[in-house]
Amino acid sequence: MENSNLSEPPLLSVEDLHVSYDTPTGLVRAVSGVSFELGREKLGIVGESGSGKSQTGRAILGLIAPGGQVRARRLEFEGTDLLTADLRTMRRIRGGGISMIMQDPKYSLNPVMTVGSQIQEAFRVHSKASRKEARAHTLDMLRAVKIREPERVYKSYPHEVSGGMGQRIMIAMMMIPEPDIIIADEPTSALDVTVQLQVLAVLEDMIRTRGMGLIFISHDLNLIASFCDRILVMYGGKVVEQIRAVDLAQAKHPYTRGLLNCLPSLDGGQDELPVLKRDPAWLASPGTTP
Amino acid sequence: MAAEQTLRGWLLAEIPESKLQARCQRIFISWLAFIRNPVAVIGLLIIVGLVGIAALAPWITSSDGLEPDLANRLLPPSSEHWFGTDGLGRDIFDRIIWGSRITLYIVALVSVIVVPIGLLIGTVAGYIGGLVDTILMRLTDIFLAFPRLILAMALVAALGPGLENAVLAIALTTWSPFARIARAEALTIRNSEFILAAQVQGVSTIGILTRHVTPLCLSSVIVRLTLDMAGIILTAAGLGFLGLGAQPPTPEWGAMISLGRQFLIDQWWVPTVPGIAILVVSLGFNLLGDGLRDVFDPKSGG
Repeated sequence: MENSNLSEPPLLSVEDLHVSYDTPTGLVRAVSGVSFELGREKLGIVGESGSGKSQTGRAILGLIAPGGQVRARRLEFEGTDLLTADLRTMRRIRGGGISMIMQDPKYSLNPVMTVGSQIQEAFRVHSKASRKEARAHTLDMLRAVKIREPERVYKSYPHEVSGGMGQRIMIAMMMIPEPDIIIADEPTSALDVTVQLQVLAVLEDMIRTRGMGLIFISHDLNLIASFCDRILVMYGGKVVEQIRAVDLAQAKHPYTRGLLNCLPSLDGGQDELPVLKRDPAWLASPGTTP
Repeated sequence: MAAEQTLRGWLLAEIPESKLQARCQRIFISWLAFIRNPVAVIGLLIIVGLVGIAALAPWITSSDGLEPDLANRLLPPSSEHWFGTDGLGRDIFDRIIWGSRITLYIVALVSVIVVPIGLLIGTVAGYIGGLVDTILMRLTDIFLAFPRLILAMALVAALGPGLENAVLAIALTTWSPFARIARAEALTIRNSEFILAAQVQGVSTIGILTRHVTPLCLSSVIVRLTLDMAGIILTAAGLGFLGLGAQPPTPEWGAMISLGRQFLIDQWWVPTVPGIAILVVSLGFNLLGDGLRDVFDPKSGG
């Protein structure tokens, strides 16, 4: 697990990524100048609401909302330029190469399709398997995400399963075409704390056994620090700090420090938590501190 | 009675013991909601009666309603001829019964043509949006702009009179509201997270349209269809009345009214009976449609 990204070429390289929206009130820059590389590791992107972390994830898949514009000096997945790829190539990469787990299973599963047929669909888009094989594979996948009675869940509709189960189904659905990279956009925010840990354990297990790269997007610094290998801290559409998770306590950037100080700790004994002070100069400074 | 009680108990048990029982319960509860609306039940009875009569026509009738019998023309209703006989001595009761088949034929055929066209145009316009949406919706507007019967008449005049052409003409004038409904549904569905999830998986646009968008549009389209059936029947009868639909001697109800019109003063039953038949059946479809809307409405939380 130690820095495998140094020995082999990165799966995904992003250089100077910009996402902007042309709105009636003017150009909104959601992401401006984000660069990073991803190997077979767990990369966390942390930041407050509106810092552009979700937009970064979506831009990689080419699925930003209509009216948005993506520019980058380089946006490459295993040697394929994602900016110039045609629709057919993009469709092959989506799901098969890069996949995304969304926030709330309540909305991200189709209410009128059974769980089984939704997972199966993901599989059949990317392979020419027969219906029977797809079914067997889907049941295996449900077992892999630790769902008991997969036969029963297979035939259920999304409203018949719980939130944690829904998110595990979502993971199964996104993992079944065996992508190389998973983008998890706040995958546990809609779940309660005990279920969060179960879902994360499942995710961790799948990533480790299959050797995938993970981009974990969250606003929860502690969660990211304990789950990921490397952390990108984003603020106002820029990466303000890139740091290894184990070194988080030694973070240098005032924003990261500010975020850390805002967290109550059991042994801290602080009376009042400090309010994060934002410095406009952070936005002017060039993207990444190495 | 005891058996019925246990069946009811099984259908209303607090905790269903099997998937089958749960499913039966859902249907039963919808059914209970449906039969609480007496008007809808009347509609359902009328439609079931119509289908039953059409299916059993050879056993109910004594003639095929086509052979003239000039010796017995214009007889008043009697025990032998329940609704009397028409200008060519044919039994009106038999003709009404056989005519029910034609009515159902028209309704079924129009539905089969209209629903796929409406769904296709509506979902494509709503999901893809932009220029495609504009073009398809303006096309829909053009069809909506004409009164239905007038446009159907123009089409039949161009295609030539006949039952098949009438069906085609009615279908071409009926699909536009379905496209509108399907588009409205597709517009709300296309921004859902699960559509994004499908896109993330690399599902093609066609796959998303057929597997994700269309099934969600179906229920509102079906309700609209049952409500529109009365309109379809009336348009068909109107075309028949004008001589542009089914041709004599076919016992189509509109054509029967048209033929009986000349006897209205002295032998009132000749045009009145098919008129009542049209009235009852259109009413039945409307009442059923209203009832179904209440049961199917996803917003009422059934």
